[in-house]
Amino acid sequence: MLNVTGLHLWRGDRHVLRGVSFEARAGQCVLLTGRNGAGKTTLLRAVAGLLDPEEGQVAWRGAPARKTRDVFHSELAYLGHEPPLKGDLTGRENLRFATGIRRAVAAADIDAALTRTGAKEFSDRAVRTLSAGQKRRVALAGVLLTGAPLWLLDEPTTNLDADGQQLVATLIEEQLARSGIVVAAIHHALTLKSGETVNLELGAA
Amino acid sequence: MKAGVLDVARLVIARDLRLAFRKPSQLLQPLMFFMIVATLFPLTLTPEMSRLRDAAPGVLWVGALLSSLLALEFLFREDAQDGTLEQFALSGQSLTWMLFAKTCTHWLLSGLPLALFAPIAAVGLGVPGEAMWSVVASLALGGFALSLIGAISAGLTLGARRGGVLLSLLTLPLAVPILVFGADATHQAIIGGDFGPPLRMLGAIAVLGVTLAPLAAAAAVRIGLE
Repeated sequence: MLNVTGLHLWRGDRHVLRGVSFEARAGQCVLLTGRNGAGKTTLLRAVAGLLDPEEGQVAWRGAPARKTRDVFHSELAYLGHEPPLKGDLTGRENLRFATGIRRAVAAADIDAALTRTGAKEFSDRAVRTLSAGQKRRVALAGVLLTGAPLWLLDEPTTNLDADGQQLVATLIEEQLARSGIVVAAIHHALTLKSGETVNLELGAA
Repeated sequence: MKAGVLDVARLVIARDLRLAFRKPSQLLQPLMFFMIVATLFPLTLTPEMSRLRDAAPGVLWVGALLSSLLALEFLFREDAQDGTLEQFALSGQSLTWMLFAKTCTHWLLSGLPLALFAPIAAVGLGVPGEAMWSVVASLALGGFALSLIGAISAGLTLGARRGGVLLSLLTLPLAVPILVFGADATHQAIIGGDFGPPLRMLGAIAVLGVTLAPLAAAAAVRIGLE
């Protein structure tokens, strides 16, 4: 479903992505590895359409993602380094707005997602007062709420405790079981008990 | 089910209003700036009503323009920093439409309060009471046009560190027509002339802004997010 072919991308005078190609079918997880600066984040952002590659193409369901941008984006959930949350709003309010602009969402759905990621007890506090790990749990609930078939996760386990890292693995397994696709940049080994995993090492000379 | 366009606009507006009221200092700063400029000015001139009246349109409009530049800084910057603007761009909804809703909210929170408080400053500048309505109307309309035009520059300067100076430099040339027609409308109102034509020009600029600025701002923001 997701086909990435020959991506070349320059940042300033650095040739970061040198002809990266991979494909992911429904139910597959692509794990991006590589040293710092190998271009994991750049690749994720290019796939999401936030960066324009100089060459190459990202195709979703057989159509170029650039041409069908809005459809592609409505089927995609992107979670970057920093949880995309407003510090002055509570976790619940953040999710209501972030999910609400994508689809109609009921309060019960938000509750369920927050409970699933273990963020319910602190979901009524201003995000600014939460720890980095707590923010990430709220952001993960946001990813769940999109209901998107394609997840792009940039180091999803950062700042999470052992329990939280296990949670990320379980969430990914569940997403794969739903025939979803996950592309995740990882630093620490992520072992999935089920689902098909493809490793892609970036920056290997 | 995908959210409808009106729901999206309602959510964006509700979110920005809520954020503004949780952090009122950002809201008050441009307004305070305008009020201070407009009330200090009469103290520096000879206290002759006729002289003050001559200076009033210029003082009010230059103050309003500078205050709106100050407010523009907050339009997209924070959302870009915490990554929520990125989520707007990736939501599968029209970014143009969402930025239009954001810009309207920005005007509600900066341009409109300024126009409503302007009479207080205008009294000090010897603006006659019967001219107040047109002062408020022209500042509200001009402020709306300024917010729309400023949204383009605010989007373009997202990628720049300390984009404040750049933002002003980019916005000022585009803002000059608003300044000219706005000050003229105020001047005509003060001398009891016909302020219809300059006010209609302001309206025309605002309409042009509504149709073109959000498109340009969305394109600029997409570049700025890279």
